[in-house]
Amino acid sequence: MTRTIRAALTCAAALGAFSATPAAADAIGACLITKTDTNPFFVKMREGATAAAAEKGITLQTYAGRIDGDVENQIAAVESCIAAGVSGILITPSDSRALAPAVTQARAAGILVIALDTPFEPADTASATFATDNFRAGVLIGEWAAATLGDAAASARIATLDLNASQISVDYLRNQGFMTGFGIDVKDPTRIGDEDDGRIVGSDVTNGNEEGGRTAMENLLQVDPAINVVYTINEPAAAGAYEALRAMGRQNEVLIVSVDGGCPGVRNVAEGVIGATSMQFPLRMASMGIEAIAAFAADGTEPANAEGLDFFNTGVTLVTDKPVDGIPSITSDEALGLCWG
Amino acid sequence: MTTTPPPPPRPGPVSGRGPSDFETGLAASPQGVARFEAPRRTPLAGIQHLLHATPTLVPVIVLALSILVFGLIAGERFFSPFNLSLILQQVSIIGILAAAQSLIVLTAGIDLSVAAIMVLMSVVSGKLAITMGVPAPLALGASFALGTLAGMLNGLMVARLKLPPFIVTLGTWNIFFALNLWFSGAQSIRSQDIDAAAPLLKFFGNSFRVAGANITFGSILMVVIFAVLWYVLNRTAWGRHVYAIGDDKAAAELAGIRTDRVLVQVYALAGFICAIGAWAAIGRVGSISPQSFYEGNLQSITAVVIGGISLFGGRGSIMGALFGALIVGVFQSGLRLAGVDVLWQVFAIGWLIIIAVAIDQWIRKVSA
Repeated sequence: MTRTIRAALTCAAALGAFSATPAAADAIGACLITKTDTNPFFVKMREGATAAAAEKGITLQTYAGRIDGDVENQIAAVESCIAAGVSGILITPSDSRALAPAVTQARAAGILVIALDTPFEPADTASATFATDNFRAGVLIGEWAAATLGDAAASARIATLDLNASQISVDYLRNQGFMTGFGIDVKDPTRIGDEDDGRIVGSDVTNGNEEGGRTAMENLLQVDPAINVVYTINEPAAAGAYEALRAMGRQNEVLIVSVDGGCPGVRNVAEGVIGATSMQFPLRMASMGIEAIAAFAADGTEPANAEGLDFFNTGVTLVTDKPVDGIPSITSDEALGLCWG
Repeated sequence: MTTTPPPPPRPGPVSGRGPSDFETGLAASPQGVARFEAPRRTPLAGIQHLLHATPTLVPVIVLALSILVFGLIAGERFFSPFNLSLILQQVSIIGILAAAQSLIVLTAGIDLSVAAIMVLMSVVSGKLAITMGVPAPLALGASFALGTLAGMLNGLMVARLKLPPFIVTLGTWNIFFALNLWFSGAQSIRSQDIDAAAPLLKFFGNSFRVAGANITFGSILMVVIFAVLWYVLNRTAWGRHVYAIGDDKAAAELAGIRTDRVLVQVYALAGFICAIGAWAAIGRVGSISPQSFYEGNLQSITAVVIGGISLFGGRGSIMGALFGALIVGVFQSGLRLAGVDVLWQVFAIGWLIIIAVAIDQWIRKVSA
């Protein structure tokens, strides 16, 4: 049954592409498919895409999954975009592998597909990837934490608060980046939890929200109450972890590091809740994506990746009020002007 | 129906007042009076009967066993008063949702919107008190009123429009979720901002220490809600009406119960409990997070089912839902302390649900 639907959609897509050719002269179509429309990160991304599309005269359709990990709705969105005969799709895949068949279908229909924020696996599933270097983001906070601890880094007790059980790319890239930056042998760099460094107490999942962050932190403190370094997948999880530490009166003895650069997160850096966070730039990702689609629609040029990487790096900056030598960073004051959400 | 064995034969007639000749033939036949006697049961049927009479027994036994087993596996850390109080704290919000869910399930309904109402109400009170500067008690009052109204909306559609509860609450789940995102702008309100503007919102996050245990006000609130609901359901006419409607709505109506009105009241009460849960959730999470508790509805149903409350309505004790929530909490804590991967925790909870429903079905087949 699914096969029939897929076949029908491919036909429709072919027809759509065919019939869209005359119309393409007046308006170029583009789609933005985000993981959710709830996370301010994706809200900012949509703002960037909408503004850039208006400027370039591109008709933009936006779609979103209901929750992080909602693959079905994203597949349906890709299929709708194929049927609509758009020139390009910008997508933040909820699952780095599961969306590959739908994306391959779109590219077969002559559509430029750009992964935003989360790379596909393999990355060349999409025509290009515009993303934060999540591994680099992790390395920055890992190096910062190790440098801040100094000699004490050798005897640190580390907890990692990750995203969910699926271990998608953004999840392991940030985690393994942090470990690498801290000076831990990560073994398989696509696998969280295979490390045998004695300093690691354990990891738990948070679903990237405050409630999950608090519960995960409580659980890990039960395993070892002496934890003094906490890596978190994002700033809401960090805020939850801080609440758990505060409930046990340990908030001043623990370094929390995070990734994102959302405005509440940056304010938490200013107030010392989060020690350091790696800021990313969703608005830039989306506007650059729309520009790439415009260029592709005009003369068929495909965007090129950054040298030495399998994606186009849209930048990452360390935000902390306790800078350390040798790691460039900006203060929370400066970051407040750049943060998203 | 059986008869007693025959008494020993009587001695022959002593005088003229003995039985007549024609009656002497009866001497050999059973003389007792016919009476009922409980059928001899196999031990298994005996258990089945016992469980039918006291449905809360299953979750209590499972809870006791799981505490024992995890205590053996995970050792002292699991048994520490602190860890046990932590489990209580971690299940408190889902527990409160499960209390609301139990009311609905007892009427043979289901409510998929409980968590959505709760998160929406926490956003409402937070936005009013922190962003708009409304005094905290007023903001909370508004969230209670709106929560009750949201529940009542579900109830009216179920009772008056005769729509299936599953469909109604599937719809309102989406509606309340969308309203939540619109009203919150999908942004969390930070813990520090709540402390500064309206610390009352975090009241249920306060705690005190007893013998190493850390008891939050939120944990106490959950237990109190269950105790009050248990009293209402078992000791008031209204509570018995709720059971009667779930057991057989038509019969309840024939018995003179105004079923539609009670149904609307049940849904409204569930909405009110969700709004109280919203207040407790702010204390528990620390911040007001529009993205937390996305699966709270399913987790509350899990607690209710594991607690032995029949999804077919009319049977089960509300205390079962409390034990159900605790069982899930004990499993998660125990598996975590034993170092088991997250996905196996999910796996274990899945089996718990199926086994719980299988036991419920078996109990329902009880013979008199």
